[in-house]
Amino acid sequence: MSDVHTTVDAKGLSCPMPIVKTAQAVKTVPAGELIEVLATDPGSVKDFAAWTRSTGNAIVEQSEDDGVYRFLIKRS
Amino acid sequence: MDDKPLAIVLFSGTDDKLNAAAVMASGAAALGRPVHIFLQYWGLDAFRSDRIKNDHGLAAEAGAEGKAAVDALRAEGQAPWYETLAMAKELGNVEVQACSLSMDVLRITEDDLDDLVDGTEGVTAFYIAVGDGQILFI
Repeated sequence: MSDVHTTVDAKGLSCPMPIVKTAQAVKTVPAGELIEVLATDPGSVKDFAAWTRSTGNAIVEQSEDDGVYRFLIKRS
Repeated sequence: MDDKPLAIVLFSGTDDKLNAAAVMASGAAALGRPVHIFLQYWGLDAFRSDRIKNDHGLAAEAGAEGKAAVDALRAEGQAPWYETLAMAKELGNVEVQACSLSMDVLRITEDDLDDLVDGTEGVTAFYIAVGDGQILFI
């Protein structure tokens, strides 16, 4: 597993900010690199699944720890 | 990606509905969808540069309980609607147009409006811009 290129800390932000901040970050990340997203919005689970499906980016890891959702996304 | 444009007719000028419109716009922008926002009446009035940061109140159904919930979110530092909309414009193809009829009714000129507004158009130009995209009325 290669290193995380960029981390998006969206903890405490409500919908749609985790996705908006990630979509912004994606613009600055080269293809194939990894973006780590941390969010506390419970809606982010379904939102990131839908957003990656629609944009072609891929969730390669996903976990939840004490209310913090972590997504590792590979930039398409 | 879905390239069909999303159109939002933003008629209402209370903070909850302005925020709802900004959220719908930014979500679509994050998916790469073009967004076209058409400002009418009280939605347009809220974009006056000398009023945009005002407290625009909430829809009548909010009541005291709704107001308390919104105030709590604000205290937690939730971005105001105009910042969410500015982010959506930075992120994707989001255009904000003032309805020319509403401009006349409210005696507003383009100089009175915040820079978030890109221009003025009539309803015909709005329909042509939206094509067969979806239209939301807020």
